[in-house]
Amino acid sequence: MNGTTLFINALALACLALGFMKDRAKTRQALKVSVKFFVRILPTMLAIILIIGLMSGFVPPKTISRVVGQEAGFIGVLTVAVLGAILQIPSLIAFPLAASLLKMGASLTSVAVFITTLTMIGFVMLPLEIRILGKRFTLLRNALSFAIAILIGLLMGVLL
Amino acid sequence: MRADGKVPKGPGKGAMKNQKKALLRDLAFLGAVVAITAVLLLVFPEKRAPVFSASKDYLVEMLLVMPAVMVLMGLFSVFVPDELIVKYLGKSSGLKGMLIAILIGTFPTGPLYVAFPIAASLLRKGARVASVVVFLSAWACIKIPQELVELQFLGLRFMVTRLALTIVFVLAMGLLMERILGRELRDVPGAPEPGRR
Repeated sequence: MNGTTLFINALALACLALGFMKDRAKTRQALKVSVKFFVRILPTMLAIILIIGLMSGFVPPKTISRVVGQEAGFIGVLTVAVLGAILQIPSLIAFPLAASLLKMGASLTSVAVFITTLTMIGFVMLPLEIRILGKRFTLLRNALSFAIAILIGLLMGVLL
Repeated sequence: MRADGKVPKGPGKGAMKNQKKALLRDLAFLGAVVAITAVLLLVFPEKRAPVFSASKDYLVEMLLVMPAVMVLMGLFSVFVPDELIVKYLGKSSGLKGMLIAILIGTFPTGPLYVAFPIAASLLRKGARVASVVVFLSAWACIKIPQELVELQFLGLRFMVTRLALTIVFVLAMGLLMERILGRELRDVPGAPEPGRR
């Protein structure tokens, strides 16, 4: 267990204790919600874990770095951005996936871009967002999110 | 959530059905991945060790953080209801409003589509476009549990840098969208109406 793991678990326990002190019934309900979240995310989590295993066993790091690494250049970044906008991976699971890609030779920029478009843009959600928030708002928000995802990624590549 | 246009605001019957469908889809995906893995490892037995060891490392690391993250998300979702968000965001404007929007966006939980109806009701109540955009973006990518998992897997430097850049750009994006669309958005379709696509 490293420091981050300890911190997260301690924080969860502290919040749980606080919740129990404030409102027992609500906290119990919250725990039920947590279990539901966990069950909901488990299949995807296990699938991604296997995919990570397969990638490290079968895909040579050279291939990864050619597709999403430094060598791929701006085309690589764009590809990753589009993938992030289309794919529907829960963001919590996206971080382990991103970490494994980084380890295998993906560039920092593409990993940051991937995470950002994945969370901010939902291709599948577009019709829903249009219906609730209007076409102009939705298209503008998604287009700008795409642009800032790339900017954030490029800046991170420069900064880190 | 499917894009079939039948998305309820609360956890109604439709939502339950949608969730079941999504769970089945995820299970099918898992089944497919398991099958592919089985076939590949049967054909290439020498790859078993590296594949399993990499998977095991990530499995352990995820199991160490995910339950705690789920507990945090459950607590947030029960103790911070949607109405509270609307109440605090609805009345503040200016830079303060935008900062509150970021803060509030980081608290609650749930996928982005849950935030759309909240954003629509904020707009209908006359909240600034900039604040609503900032709120949506923060909800999408700066949630606290999410940042914790990012910290665990990608490290402090990565997490902090991305967080700082995201906040700056999201604020700028909010202001830019407000410039283009106008300060108050009047044409929010709002609640689903019959006859409207």
